[in-house]
Amino acid sequence: MIIEIENLHKSFKLNGRKDELHVLNGITTGINKGERVSVIGPSGSGKSTFLRCINRMEEPTSGSIKFNGQDITSETCDINEIRRHIGMVFQHFYLFPNLTVRENLTLAPVQHKIYTPKEADDRAKELLSRVGLLDKIDEWPDRLSGGQKQRVAIARALAVNPDVLLFDEPTSALDPEMIGEVLEVMKELADSGMTMYLVTHEMGFAKEISDRILFIDKGVISEEGTPSDIFDNPKQPRTIEFLSKVLRR
Amino acid sequence: MITRNNNNNLQDLQKRYGMARGDIVLAVCAVILLFLLYRSGFFTAESWADFARRFEQNFIRESRYMMLVNGLKATIFMTFFSTLLGIAVGLILSVIRVAHKGGVRIPFLNWLANCYITVLRGTPVMVQLLIWNFTIFASARTLNLQYIAILAFGLNSGAYIAEIFRGGIESIDGGQMEAARSLGLSYGKSMRFVILPQAVRNVIPMLFNEFIALLKETSVAGYIGIDDLTRAGQDIQSLTMEHSQPLIMVALIYLAIVLLLSHLIKRLENWLSRSKRG
Repeated sequence: MIIEIENLHKSFKLNGRKDELHVLNGITTGINKGERVSVIGPSGSGKSTFLRCINRMEEPTSGSIKFNGQDITSETCDINEIRRHIGMVFQHFYLFPNLTVRENLTLAPVQHKIYTPKEADDRAKELLSRVGLLDKIDEWPDRLSGGQKQRVAIARALAVNPDVLLFDEPTSALDPEMIGEVLEVMKELADSGMTMYLVTHEMGFAKEISDRILFIDKGVISEEGTPSDIFDNPKQPRTIEFLSKVLRR
Repeated sequence: MITRNNNNNLQDLQKRYGMARGDIVLAVCAVILLFLLYRSGFFTAESWADFARRFEQNFIRESRYMMLVNGLKATIFMTFFSTLLGIAVGLILSVIRVAHKGGVRIPFLNWLANCYITVLRGTPVMVQLLIWNFTIFASARTLNLQYIAILAFGLNSGAYIAEIFRGGIESIDGGQMEAARSLGLSYGKSMRFVILPQAVRNVIPMLFNEFIALLKETSVAGYIGIDDLTRAGQDIQSLTMEHSQPLIMVALIYLAIVLLLSHLIKRLENWLSRSKRG
């Protein structure tokens, strides 16, 4: 397994209150190389927090996360080095508006000395043509549509050659007509064998590309299985209820 | 939010009275100018000739206008380099404070930065100038006084500019830092390549405002014996025994520069909000 998560807990301190909000209550799971795992569940169930713990965007309260056998929650671990190998795509893209598309893609690889500036530039072109945006290479992010921004954001995450990609609701902030172009890029990525964690509300897409589905509710994995297990044969009452709500439309 | 509301109120006023903002400003300036001319004897003097004679005495004879020119040079020199020093100091202070708040463990540096800001903002800049000159550099009498002034004004404005930068940094969406960190960039590199360029761009107009503030603040430099613009006016006063004309001329010079800079800031703001970069 490339990532192993054991008994992961996360709680947030609430402003001005003594009690804590327990978001994750003991999650044990993992992902194999080349596997595509989708995380679904109701709002506030902790699925985004779960994803953000994997590259320590959120500090886990307790539990262990191992990347290639190395515990990334330990004090001695160089988290910047780990994050190079675990890319993340955000709901709101977060392209750097002070940099052109090209610079967005070349900043991190050049800083990490993965590539020389020349190589990074070639790699940027290659990635942009892969997401169909080579003609936007010298554009400012603010001049792109939402769908284009997200495709650039995916290319940016790929520019440091990560082993795993984390997608945090990548299509939730998009206008409906732009969702397709982003899903297409992700599908292509999934077919190329990228290891992917995907938090999503796009049930159809999750079913199509995933090897495995995690249903998270109240901070625990309440059901887990292949897409057909979960979508066609859900066992837990909560899963059945959730799916009946989201699949009805 | 507050400034936006004020803007709306101002726009209402302008609509109601059918005046553009520039018109109001010009009208007020004209009234002040007329009053100043009145005080300098423009209308009350026995004659035009009298005003012209005194004007000649104050500014033309023995090339006294050169005193003002040299004073202006000193003022602009001090203001310019104080602002640069202030920006450098302010940037460092603000990054320390923001980094501390953002989880980087630098409690001692943060404590130092807080002390610095508290002390320099909590005492008058003139007192600081006097302390620099008469206490800290008391024995360094060969040092150019203007350098001491630049140090005093620059370090003082650094405390204010730190707050400007802090506001600028904190106005950047937290997702920008997360996105940079998610690529494996360190906190420092994320700051340097992603956050600060955006923050600095947002606060450029405020830095120009600080320049204007400093331009006026340096008028106390005469207290340590620097012949700045204000002091030049006073020097002419003592040469010609003339009360009004030299100081009013000094005031008009300051005002002209401030108006020019304000105009530039406005154009800059328009340009910044129109350009797509950021």
